Amino acid sequence: MVVFALFIISKAGGLIYNREFHTGMSKLTSNDYLMLAGSFHGMHAITKQLCPAFPTPPTAANAAGLAPSPFSSRPSGIEVLESSHFRIQCFQTLTGTKFLLFTEPQQPNIDTMMRKIYELYADFVMKNPFYTVEMPIRCEKFDRGLDGFVKVRS
Amino acid sequence: MSGAPNQAPGLRYPSNKKTIYDRNLNRSKNAELSRAAFAYLFVEMISYAQKRAKNMVDLEKRLNDQGYPLGVRLLDLLLTRSANPLGAIRPTRILPLVQFIAQQLWRHLFGRAADSLERSDAVPGQFMLYDNEPLVNQYISLPRDMSGLNCAAFVAGIIEGVCDGAGFATEGVHAISVADQEGEEKAGLWPGKTVFLIKFKPEVLEREEILGRG
Repeated sequence: MVVFALFIISKAGGLIYNREFHTGMSKLTSNDYLMLAGSFHGMHAITKQLCPAFPTPPTAANAAGLAPSPFSSRPSGIEVLESSHFRIQCFQTLTGTKFLLFTEPQQPNIDTMMRKIYELYADFVMKNPFYTVEMPIRCEKFDRGLDGFVKVRS
Repeated sequence: MSGAPNQAPGLRYPSNKKTIYDRNLNRSKNAELSRAAFAYLFVEMISYAQKRAKNMVDLEKRLNDQGYPLGVRLLDLLLTRSANPLGAIRPTRILPLVQFIAQQLWRHLFGRAADSLERSDAVPGQFMLYDNEPLVNQYISLPRDMSGLNCAAFVAGIIEGVCDGAGFATEGVHAISVADQEGEEKAGLWPGKTVFLIKFKPEVLEREEILGRG
């Protein structure tokens, strides 16, 4: 189970957290990260409008899916982007915060990982009195929790 | 808020005229509270205190003040709910008092006893209560510029309330993180280890000595 990186993008499209777990990847400047996040945010918004199929009414099976959208009969934006070297999974919360997980292409159990990371976020970032919402995340317990979770798995 | 536009301000009573004071005290004896609910409330309490505080010492003092009334009431409540409600009296000597705090109070609040209790050799009348991982601090990550703060000051306020309610005036109960004060090695496996320093007033120590002799 190899996780390369995690990005968290705020509602407004700004990058509030980025963390690399795998060594040996090519270095990007911090500006590159911000541009990456902004571009993805824009792309996500555009693809939301592009869905050609008529949206199906939600069934019980769909309702338990990983990416809940506030309006389940409307299409969501990009969820998975896969290439031969990596795979990006995007999880958008009900409030518009996006979690981008970069992993190797044949990574199983991404859903459970996303859920766990979201749980860590809800615990150590949201319940932190010194964190202002939508600002860059500087919470030590969140970093430690992620370390513990990702490093154990990979 | 919805409601009759001509509703009088103030406390509203339900139609059967029962208030919280009419409820049986033991009704919520084993009631549980969601940790997340407390965490969000605590976030607001800290923000409320932070807006009004001028510096970190003042912030800790405000959190302490928030916990103080809880301590006063918890003393009576825990004695009422103890095994012998009519025969239970408040602790009259220092050692039973701090043991009451370390065992009964901690079990009621956090579901487990405090990790250790020591009397200080250097300073007379000072007791140290250790908690390896205070529950109130579980989700809190301190920013770099606030590393001297310990939000367990709220729990220190509760302890102070219990001591004052039992008739043992203190000069202050402070919550200090062991990693800050004595270094990382002392804290060891528990980075959040907190010590609660309870310092009793000289009159209390005198009285204790007299009682000890007589």
